Amino acid sequence: MATVTEAEAPPLAPETDPKPPRKRGRLVPYWLLLPGLLWLVIFFALPMIYQASTSVQTGSLEEGYKVTWHFATYWDSLTEYWPQFLRSVSYAAAATVLCLLLGYPLAYLIAFRAGRWRNLIMILVIAPFFTSFLIRTLAWKTILADSGPVVGALNTLHVLDVTTWLGWTAGDRVLATPLAVVCGLTYNFLPFMILPLYTSLERIDGRLHEAAGDLYARPWTTFRKVTFPLSMPGVVSGTLLTFIPAAGDYVNAELLGSTDTRMIGNVIQTQFLRILDYPTAAALSFILMAAILLMVTVYIRRSGTEDLV
Amino acid sequence: MMTTQTSGDVRLSGISKTYDNGFTAVQPLDLTVPQGSFFALLGASGCGKTTTLRMIAGLEEPSSGTVHLGDQEVTHLPPYKRPVNTVFQSYALFPHLDIFENVAFGLRRRGIKSVKKQVDEMLDLVQLGEQARKKPHQLSGGQQQRVAVARALINHPKVLLLDEPLGALDLKLRRQMQLELKRIQTEVGITFVHVTHDQEEAMTMADTVAVMNGGRVEQLGSPTDLYENPRTTFVANFLGTSNLIEAEVDTRSGEDIVLKAGGGKLVLPGARCSAPAQAGGKVLVGIRPEKISLTHADDAGEIPAGRNRITGKIAHSSFIGVSTQYVVDSAVCPEFEVYAQNVDRDPRLVPGADVVLHWSPAHTFGLDAAQDIDAGVETAGEEAA
Repeated sequence: MATVTEAEAPPLAPETDPKPPRKRGRLVPYWLLLPGLLWLVIFFALPMIYQASTSVQTGSLEEGYKVTWHFATYWDSLTEYWPQFLRSVSYAAAATVLCLLLGYPLAYLIAFRAGRWRNLIMILVIAPFFTSFLIRTLAWKTILADSGPVVGALNTLHVLDVTTWLGWTAGDRVLATPLAVVCGLTYNFLPFMILPLYTSLERIDGRLHEAAGDLYARPWTTFRKVTFPLSMPGVVSGTLLTFIPAAGDYVNAELLGSTDTRMIGNVIQTQFLRILDYPTAAALSFILMAAILLMVTVYIRRSGTEDLV
Repeated sequence: MMTTQTSGDVRLSGISKTYDNGFTAVQPLDLTVPQGSFFALLGASGCGKTTTLRMIAGLEEPSSGTVHLGDQEVTHLPPYKRPVNTVFQSYALFPHLDIFENVAFGLRRRGIKSVKKQVDEMLDLVQLGEQARKKPHQLSGGQQQRVAVARALINHPKVLLLDEPLGALDLKLRRQMQLELKRIQTEVGITFVHVTHDQEEAMTMADTVAVMNGGRVEQLGSPTDLYENPRTTFVANFLGTSNLIEAEVDTRSGEDIVLKAGGGKLVLPGARCSAPAQAGGKVLVGIRPEKISLTHADDAGEIPAGRNRITGKIAHSSFIGVSTQYVVDSAVCPEFEVYAQNVDRDPRLVPGADVVLHWSPAHTFGLDAAQDIDAGVETAGEEAA
């Protein structure tokens, strides 16, 4: 009697040449990358190269500009406009801190306490985006108007005396002062803080809070030791999304500030569009970019969020 | 004197939980978990076992009743003030802290400065000394589970609560961890309250098991007691398998009750009947599959006298190594299950064969016939799947 020791081989699949479709399949990722790459090359890489070459040109509008590798433009613009650089960084930093202080509690509330109101509050956070950036900023002109209720109230409460002493406001005005610019920046970039904060808070497993409570952590300790560290990715991306555009912003300083509150963005804008000193404008842009890159790198390194994924 | 008696017991008195939406997860419940015992709350999902556990932990506020830990009433204490720690279902390890800091968390919160020695000892107890500086996500499921146990135990809680701690592990690892947890419990002597839907797990580990169903405790006892003397059909079906036969009480002879079922007679020890058995009344007769012997109908004459007998025909048989499981079609019960040890296999016992099922009357138990005969069957099957 023959015993079957080997299972019969399964019927062979009809012979096809698998190579051509595979090859095409391997190329698909590159095809998918192409539009994005093209976009980056045309709208990012080329303008960068163009600006870089502009920044080392010399000449005048009448005679035309030539690349003369004149790196002195960088040094000259930095020595001339360092106060505006400093101002940009400090206004942006102040706005970022304010955004964090205002945004964190709100994001926390939406993520953990809002319940069925969650979506409504989210819509309210995003709602300002439905109107133009300019209109929203102009609205602050009305809010902070000299005869408006805000200034009146701050005056009555003698808050303005303090802020004037600090140099944030001037006399009984808020408009055309650093405070107004920082208010505008804070307001305009607040959603960019709230959204990443909310996303990272919302991802935290609620059982971790229970576990912390179970392990003798009071609610505040639970926040300090568990919730906040776990929300660091949101804090980092929120602060970056606020700080970077705020540092380069010129609309708020233009509309809500004065000549004493000019930020580096205003300088670049003026150099490009009014004075038509393209090399200086380009050099300033590169200095700003390098400065931001440097600060961001140091910040990310120090916040140590790499292994918080 | 009373105080020494109850110094570490967990006492739940009239505790219940009704949620805002009107759903009652736990019906008023009295339960005492003796100090130092390994206690299991067993039931299908939604039976209220986890809610009960969370009320002991303080993660859920009871709607009524009180929770005592020893002499201390803790009903309204927040979790961080209770001398109780929990091993959560999916461990809930802090992902941003390494294993050492996870385990040290509770000690640090209580202001203990030098934690190194204690944490190292605890990590050795759960055999994770080498992994101290790794992050939780770098560990395997079984290792994470041990971290969760270590993180809770290091605080020397009065009670350790375990919420389905082995649910996420594969079968082999689960068996291993069951023994491991049992070893740890014996070593540290802390009261363990273990929530599980796995009846085998509950029986392997616990000294006392409370079977819960629909927010109530159906029966409480040692694993052997629950298995041998179920008092409800739910317990009979949820813990292992039971063959239940509806029978009519014929007479009582001394200690025994004689019953009529499908033309035959069955004998049930009166002490093992949890239902009132008046002549003419109905009783559910239960018998565990492994207690039954299976004899081919041709050899029926060789069966000793005095055993309960039922005739039938084998419908299916499945060979599973240590035993063969038969499903026998009989007049009194369409799917009678019989597990026969594979010692001397009778080659005639194949599907279609006429057989006599017989067992000692002492192994028979009686249940109240007013219950659903299938209670606990589906739930047990679903959870096992």
